[in-house]
Amino acid sequence: MIGGEQKFKLAMYWAASCGGCEISVLNIGERLLEVDAFFDIVFWPVAFDFKYSDLRAYPDGYIDLCLFNGAIVNSENEEIAHLLRQKSKLMVAFGSCASAGGIPALANLTTPSAIFQTVYLNNPSIDNPDQTLPEPTYPVQEGELHIPTFYPTVKKLEQVVEIDYVIPGCPPEADQIWQVLQSVISILQNGMPLPPKGAVLGATDTAVCKECVLEKHEKQIARFYRPYEIVPEPGLCLLEQGLLCLGPATRGGCGALCPKVGIGCRGCYGPLDGVEDQGARILAALSSVISAGDPKDEEQEIERKIDAAIDTLIDPAGTFYRFGMAGSLLIRARNGGSR
Amino acid sequence: MSERVGVYVCHCGTNIAGVINVEEVARWASEQPNVAIARDYKFMCSSLGQDLIEADIEQFGLTHVVVAACSPNMHEKTFRAACERAGLNPFLFEMANIRELNSWTTKDDQAATHKAKAQIMGAIQRVIHHQPLELIPVQINPSTLVLGGGIAGITAALELANGGYHVYLVEREPSIGGHMAQWDKTFPTLDCAACILTPRMVEVGQHPNITLLTYSEVEAVEGSLGNFRVTIRKKARYVNEELCTGCAICEEKCPKKVVDDVFEAGLSKRKVIYRPFPQAVPKYPVIDVANCTYFQRGKCKACQILCPANAIDFEQQDQILQVEVGNVILATGYETFDPHRIPQYGYGRLANVFTSVEFERMVNASGPTAGKILLRDQPVEPKSVAIIHCVGSRDKNFNEYCSRVCCMYSLKFAHLVRERLPDAEVYNFYIDIRAAGKRYEEFYHRVMDEGAHFIRGRVAEVTDVARTLEEEGKLVVQVYDTLFGAQRRIPVDMVILSVGMEARHDARQVAQLFGLGCDASNFFTERHPKLDPVLTTAEGIFIAGGCQGPMAIPETVAQAAAAAARVISYIGKGTIMMEPIKAHIDAARCSGCRICNNLCPYKAIVYHEDQKVSEVVAPLCQGCGTCVAACPSAAISGAHYTHQQLAAQIEGLLWDARLPELAGVEGD
Repeated sequence: MIGGEQKFKLAMYWAASCGGCEISVLNIGERLLEVDAFFDIVFWPVAFDFKYSDLRAYPDGYIDLCLFNGAIVNSENEEIAHLLRQKSKLMVAFGSCASAGGIPALANLTTPSAIFQTVYLNNPSIDNPDQTLPEPTYPVQEGELHIPTFYPTVKKLEQVVEIDYVIPGCPPEADQIWQVLQSVISILQNGMPLPPKGAVLGATDTAVCKECVLEKHEKQIARFYRPYEIVPEPGLCLLEQGLLCLGPATRGGCGALCPKVGIGCRGCYGPLDGVEDQGARILAALSSVISAGDPKDEEQEIERKIDAAIDTLIDPAGTFYRFGMAGSLLIRARNGGSR
Repeated sequence: MSERVGVYVCHCGTNIAGVINVEEVARWASEQPNVAIARDYKFMCSSLGQDLIEADIEQFGLTHVVVAACSPNMHEKTFRAACERAGLNPFLFEMANIRELNSWTTKDDQAATHKAKAQIMGAIQRVIHHQPLELIPVQINPSTLVLGGGIAGITAALELANGGYHVYLVEREPSIGGHMAQWDKTFPTLDCAACILTPRMVEVGQHPNITLLTYSEVEAVEGSLGNFRVTIRKKARYVNEELCTGCAICEEKCPKKVVDDVFEAGLSKRKVIYRPFPQAVPKYPVIDVANCTYFQRGKCKACQILCPANAIDFEQQDQILQVEVGNVILATGYETFDPHRIPQYGYGRLANVFTSVEFERMVNASGPTAGKILLRDQPVEPKSVAIIHCVGSRDKNFNEYCSRVCCMYSLKFAHLVRERLPDAEVYNFYIDIRAAGKRYEEFYHRVMDEGAHFIRGRVAEVTDVARTLEEEGKLVVQVYDTLFGAQRRIPVDMVILSVGMEARHDARQVAQLFGLGCDASNFFTERHPKLDPVLTTAEGIFIAGGCQGPMAIPETVAQAAAAAARVISYIGKGTIMMEPIKAHIDAARCSGCRICNNLCPYKAIVYHEDQKVSEVVAPLCQGCGTCVAACPSAAISGAHYTHQQLAAQIEGLLWDARLPELAGVEGD
C-alpha cells in the first residue's frame, strides 16, 4: 500500500454531459476502494466539494490522470478544459461526448438561436412572457453577473486541447473503465512505458459485430424498421432483419450489449481506426446492401426500390451522427439548419 | 521535407499549352512543398521527355514523379516505364490529366491554369503516399471460349484451333452458321454464301481442337483474364448425340409442321423435330418442345419409333457444364431491324412488302421458292421491284447510324432481280450510295449499267391506295426525289425493305454477364475505337463482328482473326503481369459483419465461417474498390487507392478552397 503523500492524483470533470459517465465510474463498485488506495482524488465536482479556485491553485502537471467527460458547448467548458490540461499529465477524453461530441453535438445540425427558441420560448412547458434569453453579462444592483457564453458550434475535447487518450462509450462500460484504471495503475506503479499518445483505451480494434453472437449472413435490405415495428427473430443479425444497427461501423469493447437484447448498436464507441467519419462509413456500407433488385431491371424500377428503402430510414443525420457529429465531415449546419 | 517529387507539365503541342499557361504552372509547382524539381516540356511522352524524367530521378534523387499531361489511359504505362528504367518503382508515379479533363473542355485560359494547379496539387499530395508495388504474374489458360457460331465465331475458333489451341464454341441455335448461312450471294463478288461458309462449318464440326456446344447458352462467368470459369447450359435436344447418325428420317417422318420464323424468315415451314437447314453443323436435330405433339399431348412418338439408331430421348435434361478458359471472344452477332416499327412502309399489312432477309431466302436456290422471285399473295413473278434503302438506319426516329451493308446488298438485290427477271424494272430508293469498299464502287456502276433505276430520297410511304389507273393493283412508293426536286409516285409489284442491323435484344445482359460496356445502341464497346477495336474494357474479353457494330463479312472475318491473334499472343506469353491494384482484407480488423460478401462483381470475396472473417481472393479481384468503399470498419484497403491516398488527393485538389470558419458560421 502506498502512503497518502505518495499517492497519484486523479481528477474527473464533466463538461456538457448527462452524468452517465460518472455513474459508470461508480459502477465499478467496490473496486473504487482500490482506486482510492492508489489515487488521491483532487478534483471531481460531481462527487466532492472542490472549487475551481482549488484547481487553479495546483501546480502545473499536478494531476496524474484526468478523466474529462462531456462536450465543449460554452466558455466555461473550454476554460476548465484548458485549466485541466495545464494541471494534468494525462488528459483522457472520457466517453462519447468528450471524445466525439456525443448527443450535445447534434446541436451542430441546427443553430444556437433555433435552440434558444425551442428551449426558452417555444416550449410548451415554458412560461416566459418577457421573452428572456440568457445573456453572458447582466447588470444587477450589486454589480455585473456573468454566465458562460454559449458557443455556436459544439466541439469535442480534442478540438479544444491536446489529449493523450480516448476512452469511448456512452457511457464507457464499467469493466472497461476498471481495466484501463488497472493498467494505468500498474504502468504508473512500475514506471512502464505508456500506450502511444492518442490511443483508444478500453475498447477493441474490431467492430461490435466481432463480439456480437447473432448469426450473420450476406445482407440485402429492402426496408428498415424502427424497433417498435417488428419483433426481431432471435439469434439473427438485426441489420439483416432491417433493424438499423451501427455495429459494423462501431468499435467494439462493450460486449455488443445492445444487439444482445435486440436493440441495434447506436455507435457510441465511435469509428474504427482509419475511419474519418463514422456516419459516412455506415452510410456507404448500408447503401451497398440496399436491395435494389436485379441489375437487369429497368433503371426506374431500381431507383424506386432504393427510394422506398431510403424512405424507411428515419432521421439519418441523427442516427448516423448520433455521437460523432463534432468531428464529422459535415462540420455543422451553415444556413439555419433544421427548422 | 523528406520526399522529393518531380513534377512535369506537358504542353502536348498546343493541346494543353494552347489553353493552360504551362510555364506558369511549372514555376508554381516548383515552389510547392515536397517538390524537388518542376519542368514543362513540349511532349513529355516523346523519348526526350521520358529521358528528362529518368535523368532527374538520377540527378535529384526523386522519390516520386508526377506528370501533368493527358489521360492515364494514354500514357500512364509510358511514364511508369520511364520511372522503372531509372530505378524508381513504377507505382511511385501519378498522372494529372490536364488535357481531357481540363484544356480540352474550356477556352478560359485563366480558369484552366488555375484548375491545372489544383489537379497537380492533388497529384503531388497523393503521390507522396504511394507505396511501391510489384506486378502479379498470372498464368494464362490456353483454352478460349468463343461465344456465337456465325462467321465471326467460326473464323475466330478456326484461327485458334488451327494454331493448336483448344476452343469452346458456344452457339445458341441448333446449328452454327449464323446469318451468313441464310444469305444467297455475297457482294460484290457474287460468290455463293453457303459455298464459302459450309466448308468452314464442317471444319469446325470435325476439328479436334474445337468443342462445339450448340443449342447452348452461357449462364455465368467468373474470374478474369487468364482464368475464367464459365457455366454453360446445354439445352436438351431430346436427341442422343452419341447415337444419332444424322440420317434425318425423324425429320422426314415427323407429322407436324410449323412456320420457320428463324432460318426461313417465316416464308416456309419446318418439322417439329428439325435441323435449321440441310448443311447444319452439327448434324443432330432438335425437338421444338413447344410444338411437339408428344410433349404437348403425350402422344405421337413417331420420331422415336422410326429412328433407326434409337437416338430419340424424350427424358433428356438440360446439362450444366463448367469450362475453364483464359480468354473469351464474343461474336454474338446482330439482329435485323423490325420494319413493323415503320408502319407507313406497310410491312405485315401489304402482302408484297418483303424484308431483305425474306428476299435473301427467296432468291436462295435452296430457299422456300427454290430461288424464284414470287409475290407473296400469288405465285407470280413481279414485273417491277422497289428496293428501299436505309430502313431503320440513318433515321433519328430509329437508329441514327448507317448500317453499312444495306447499300451493297441492295445493289446485289438489284442485280439478282435483273438476272432472274431480265424484263423487270428495279428501283433503288436511296439517300446516299455508300459503296466504300474494295470493288464496291465498281459493283455499283455495274448494277447501274445493268439498267437498275436509282431514285434519291427517303421514301415517305408505301401504299396500295391508287390515285391513277396505272397505280391500280400496285404498291405505290411515294418519295420526294431530291435530284428531281419533285414528289414522285412509283407503282411496283414488289417492295423490298433493306433493313439495318441492330444489336441483339439481349446484348446488354450479355455485356453485364461478361462485365463489358455497351454504347447507346447496345453494341459492345471496344477499348479504343481506332487502336484497340477488338479488346473490350474487360481484360481478356474480345469482340468480333456485328456485336461491335454494323459491318460486312470481310470486316467481320478480319476482326475475328484479329481477336484470335490477340488471344494467341496472350497464350503465347503463357504468363502475363497483372496490375497489383487489388483489395485486401486485414483479417485482424475484420469483424465478420458480412456487408461486403455479396458486393463483389467478380465474386472474389469469400467468408470463412470458422474464423468469422471475410477474405478477398487476390487472383479474382479486379481492384474495382466496391468493397473498399463499403467496409464499415475500414478493414479492406485498396492497393494504390488507399483512404490516405484519396483523402490526400482531395485535399490537394481543394488546396486553395476556403475552409468555413467554425465559429463564424452562425446561421439564420
